Formats: sequence, structure tokens, C-alpha cells
Amino acid sequence: MSDHEYTPKSKAGKWFNDRLPLLTLSSHLSAYPTPKNLNYWWTFGGILTFCLLTQIITGVVLAMHYVAHADLAFASVEHIMRNVNYGWLIRYIHSNGASMFFLAVYIHIFRSLFYGSYKSPREVIWITGLLIYILMMATAFMGYVLPWGQMSFWGATVITSLFSAIPLVGESITTWLWGAYAVDNPTLNRFFSLHYLLPFLILGLVILHIWALHVPGNNNPIGIEIKKPSKDTVPFHPYITIKDIFALLMFMIIFAGFVFFSPNVLGHSDNYIPANPLVTPSHIVPEWYLLPFYAILRSVPDKLGGVILMFGSIFVLFALPWLDRSKVRSAIFRPIYRYFYWIFFANVLMLGYMGAMPAEGTYLLLARVGTTYYFLHFIVILPSLSSLEKTDPVPMSISEPVLSSGAESSLAKKDNEKI
Amino acid sequence: MSKEEKKINRRDFLFTASYTVGAVGLGAVVWPLVHQMNPDKAQQALATTEVDISQIEPGKSITVLWRGKPVFLRRRTQEEIAEARSVSLNDLPDPQKDEERVKDGKDEWLVMLGVCTHLGCVPLKDKGDYKGWFCPCHGSHYDLSGRIRKGPAPTNMEIPKYEFVNSNTIKIG
Repeated sequence: MSDHEYTPKSKAGKWFNDRLPLLTLSSHLSAYPTPKNLNYWWTFGGILTFCLLTQIITGVVLAMHYVAHADLAFASVEHIMRNVNYGWLIRYIHSNGASMFFLAVYIHIFRSLFYGSYKSPREVIWITGLLIYILMMATAFMGYVLPWGQMSFWGATVITSLFSAIPLVGESITTWLWGAYAVDNPTLNRFFSLHYLLPFLILGLVILHIWALHVPGNNNPIGIEIKKPSKDTVPFHPYITIKDIFALLMFMIIFAGFVFFSPNVLGHSDNYIPANPLVTPSHIVPEWYLLPFYAILRSVPDKLGGVILMFGSIFVLFALPWLDRSKVRSAIFRPIYRYFYWIFFANVLMLGYMGAMPAEGTYLLLARVGTTYYFLHFIVILPSLSSLEKTDPVPMSISEPVLSSGAESSLAKKDNEKI
Repeated sequence: MSKEEKKINRRDFLFTASYTVGAVGLGAVVWPLVHQMNPDKAQQALATTEVDISQIEPGKSITVLWRGKPVFLRRRTQEEIAEARSVSLNDLPDPQKDEERVKDGKDEWLVMLGVCTHLGCVPLKDKGDYKGWFCPCHGSHYDLSGRIRKGPAPTNMEIPKYEFVNSNTIKIG
């Protein structure tokens, strides 16, 4: 960090800043030196902050009209849709906002995977990010239960029953989670309480995530360490703020497209049927953003094994900075990793598709292949590539490839040299 | 370190005693916060349900709600019972005789929780490869005794505690 001494110009500002250095913080944020080559994949941090705030604001408003009771919840959601002024808009922003939030977070994660942003010295940014991702999944799951439709009820039953796979204490844990002997009113009540709490924990983690980011500074598309500040950097404001705002506007067009033109396309019509504990819908699937994990769960013919692999597929990500030991960060300079990155990406999409299909025949076979490959990528391919791959020469600085075309070899660092 | 410093003195005792009291106090405060999430008295009070079974024809079944969970009551035909009993225990992932799953002398009545032991969905009746039940969520097949035959579910469907109050009434719970 390049924390230059900052002194407010006005006397009042100086008086206040000496007592609470908020102006120093805002000066740090605005002058924060950022690599000048950041592309649009780097705008999703800002977009995600927007998504979180949108969910919190619309969520607080919805809680003013929603009733967290098994007998009233479904009707209160319909009341929001039909009677509350602009209730339909606020609810559709909130429900589609969850999907937009996940869309943005997946792009953000895959950007990190491509450019090696999780590598030293940014492991803690990666880990706080994963914690945010896990809390997001928990929050989204509990939010989906609140309308108390058929998908809400049976989604809640299936996910909470995952814990019953734990030997010995599993049954007690599920009963404890339910507060009853099945998913029932106590379950709905506590899910509402936690659904309100978790976004604020996410907000806290977001602050830690950004704090951890501001220690080493941003990674960048060519993945080299840069001097800060230098001719390789630009101040965050106005250069990055304006780029972030432009990208956010593009994102909001897509968001608004869903909200106004196809607000239910990402949901399931079964959730407009009130919860019925006697009938399971014939085809239950989670929301699209959880499908790859659902496919992994179903690909194992053993209950405990499926649950372990499903949680394992998330927890393996925590070890990623230590599984991929290649010193070169960006896939641009990793000719082999680049291909495996896209295979991995395609594999996750394929798993998502298999999660939406019935678990039988070819679908099940492909889900098993995909699950195996998912773990192979992290446990075998990445560690092997770290030592086997011959990486391309990495430039000395961001300016160099532009300023010294033709003289590349004289300035470029040699392969495998420490960056 | 000198010998003198290693000696347990009055201050060490005070530290250990304080930590212990603190830990016990913390546990005493945390336990109510954890235990409040377990089923409350009102939930526990719903523990029994009486069901009239006089209207059920052989080969038919009904579903009732007990403690928020569906319970299947099936009056099996003689052929169904014979088929359930002809299965070799070696073919069962969770070996259990059909005789152990019904009351003595009431062979035709199969009373069990209609909850798939995989992830808690309600299986569909008269479906699947074993003519019993089939869970649509993740594809578990159960036979005419409610025993798991194929699929991810680890155990047979659970038999709740129940008794025949008289020939027309079953009390579950």
C-alpha cells in the first residue's frame, strides 16, 4: 500500500480527521493505485457490491410485508405481489437479484481462476471470498424457503436431510435444525431470522475481502507484481470508478431484462403451489446456481459418500492456492493450464446441466465422469502442471509489451524465474 | 527458567480456577441458546395420532400426517405378502425380514414412515422396479415391505412405534 500522508484542507476537516480518520480512508480509496491494464472482468467486484446492497435494501422492504408463519407465508407473498404498492417490482428484483448475484460471483471466481488471482500473496482474499460464497449459498437457500411453496418445502427437506448422513448424530442434527420432526413452522421461522442475519455477515466479510485486497493491491491480466504507484498504475478514481459504473450499467440492463420481461424464467412453477408435506413434486431441482453441486451429490450411489463429495467440491477450493504451485499467475503465459482451464469451465457447465436432468442412464454416467474430472482437476492436474508445464516468458512490467515490441526477449523474464 | 518460577503458586491456581468457572458459565449460557432450537413442547405434544382403518380395502393404502411426516398405512393382499417374504435376505442392502416389519398376526398391515431414507422426499406408491415405492427425487426403489432395494437410500423406510387399539383403529406414536 502507498499510504501517503493525507491532511484535509479545511480546518474542520482536519479537526474531525484527527479524531476519526475517515477522510484518510476515503483519500486512500480514491487514490488507491490500480494496474492500468485491468479489463472488464475486473469490474465484477463493484457489480457484486451493488448486488449485495440491492438484496439488502429490497430484502428489508419485503420483510415489512412478509409473514414468517407456515399458515400465512404463502399468502403474504401473494399479498406482496398483488396488494403492496410496487410489491411485485420489489419482490421480482429480490428474487432475480439472487440469480444476478450468483451470475456475477461465478464470473468473478472464474476470472480469479484464469488470471491466478488466488496465488500468493492473495490467498486470504481468495479464502474470504470463498467464505462469502458459502454464506451466499446458505442465504439464497433459506430465502428460497420463505415463500413456502412446494419447491421451498421440499428443497428445505432435501438440503436439511443432507445432515442426516452424518453417522451417529445426523438424525439429532436434522431434528435440531428443523425444531420439529419434519420441516415445519419452527423451521420457517428460524430460516427467516437467519436469512435476515446472514447478509450482514456477508457485508462484514466483504469489508475484510476488500481490506485484504488493498494490502497487496489488485492482480492484473498479465499477473505480474507491479510497483505502486508507478507508470503501470492509475488512481482508482476516476479511472476505475468510471469503468466500474459503465460495466454496472450494462449489467443492470440484463438484470432489468429479467425483472421486467421474464421474472419467473429462473424459478420453478411448482413454487406457486402452497407447501404440502404429503406430496413431493415429481421433479425437484435446486436453483440453477446450485446445480453443479447437486449433480455431484447425486452422482454417488451412497448417501454419506454423496454428501462428502458435495461438500468436498467446495472445500477443495480452499486448498487451491497450495495445489496450484505454478509461479506464473496468468493463464496468458501458461500454454497448458489455459486448455485445462477451459475444460474445467466446460465440465462445470456440463455438471450444472446434469444436475437439472433426471439422475438416470446417460445423464448419470456423464455426471459421474464430470464429478471425477472436477476432483482430478484440483488434486492431480493442477499439482502436476505446477512442475511439468513450461510457461511462456513473462514481461517485466505492464508498459513493456506496448513500448518494446520487437525487443521482447531482451527485457522479458526467463521462464520459471521468480516474479 | 529457575526452579522457583516453575513452582505452582497461588496465582496459577487462581488463573485455572477462573478459566474453569468462566468455561462452565459460558457453557451454561450457550446451552439454552442451542437447545431452544430443538422441538418445543407443542411439537412434542403432537406425538400420537389415531387412525381409523376400517375403510381400507386390501391392496389399497392411505397416508396420514404424524408429527409433520407422512405415514403410509397399506393393507397388503396375500400375494403381496407372499412376494415380500419370498425375497432372499442376501438381495437386500439393509437386510430385514418382512415379519420384523409388521405386527404378529396383522401381516396385511404395513405401517411405515412415508419418508425416503435418502433425503426425506415422499416416495410414490405402486412405482419402481419392485412394485412397492419409488422416490422421484434421487431414484430409490423400495419393495412391498418398504425395504430399500436399489438407489442411494441407505436403509429401509422406518417403522414408527404403533399399536392396534382395536381391530379398526391404529394409534401411531
